[in-house]
Amino acid sequence: MPPRFFPERDRDVYRDALAMSIGIGIVGVSFGALATSAGLPWWIPVAMSFLTFAATSQFAMLAVMMAGGGVLAGLAAGVLVHLRHVPYGLAVGNLYWDKWWTRLLGTFMLIDQSTAFALAAGDDRRRAKAAYWITTSIMFVAWNVGTVIGVLAGGFIPDPNVFGLDAAFPALLLALVMPAMKDRDTLLAALVGAGVAAATAPFLPTGIPVLLGLLGLLATWPRRKPKEDAA
Amino acid sequence: MTMTAVLALAVGVFLVRLAGPLMRSRITVSERTETLMKRGAIVVLAALVITGALFADGGFAGWALPAGVLVGGVLAWRRAPILVVVVAAAATTALLRLAGIA
Repeated sequence: MPPRFFPERDRDVYRDALAMSIGIGIVGVSFGALATSAGLPWWIPVAMSFLTFAATSQFAMLAVMMAGGGVLAGLAAGVLVHLRHVPYGLAVGNLYWDKWWTRLLGTFMLIDQSTAFALAAGDDRRRAKAAYWITTSIMFVAWNVGTVIGVLAGGFIPDPNVFGLDAAFPALLLALVMPAMKDRDTLLAALVGAGVAAATAPFLPTGIPVLLGLLGLLATWPRRKPKEDAA
Repeated sequence: MTMTAVLALAVGVFLVRLAGPLMRSRITVSERTETLMKRGAIVVLAALVITGALFADGGFAGWALPAGVLVGGVLAWRRAPILVVVVAAAATTALLRLAGIA
């Protein structure tokens, strides 16, 4: 039963986001522990998580630099895997484009989960906004707390895969995009896009295949239909 | 890795996040464009589901991972709560691995 202290409104979003935060926290622990075991001083992973707040980018940069790839190669890898946030920003950017500080904060906190939760709210703008801020704030706390614990854990690197957490993330996103699939064009575009991404993933650097997935949109480019004059 | 590298990544990532809303704010977004942009994000998320379910470290991730995601997907399709979907997916994958299936 959801705890009483949650507001009545959006209680399900709080509950889901809090549950997700356990997984993100554990991944954060493994990031902090991995960075420390690579010989980095504690403030590097901590600052990275606090200032970047992008798990895949941070892991990508760390991996490249640990393999001796240098700063520029690390940066390139980190930014490349992040490019999927351009279409995210296009889709949900209007939710926080109000005052200068909500723009700043909302931009900083654009992540996979906040995008997916906001989109799952559908056309209800108030709920989409609430979902965006609630999920991203909870994830931010979990990610940073996890990183700090990982740094303190010193040498003990948990393997999130043991808990199946690598399945939890795609399953979460799948559940969140599912309602949008009621729209046949969206379903078709998503199927084609997923196919393109899966077919190219073995050959291209991480980050590119999901962007190539956007080609799926071509399968359903919306035409101007007469019924649009209702708008 | 130095603090400069950390800051550089933070700036780079921020600029990527800024690109979408900046482009948006420069155009008048018609309902058709809005539909298309939302669909675009959904498509990218769907692509992320597939690549996340099938690949790890540049190769096939083994069967336990996609099996877990598949279980989650079926539950989501049957309108199970998100929490159930996620826990079932993780548990399936974890148990399969425990049973020795990669």
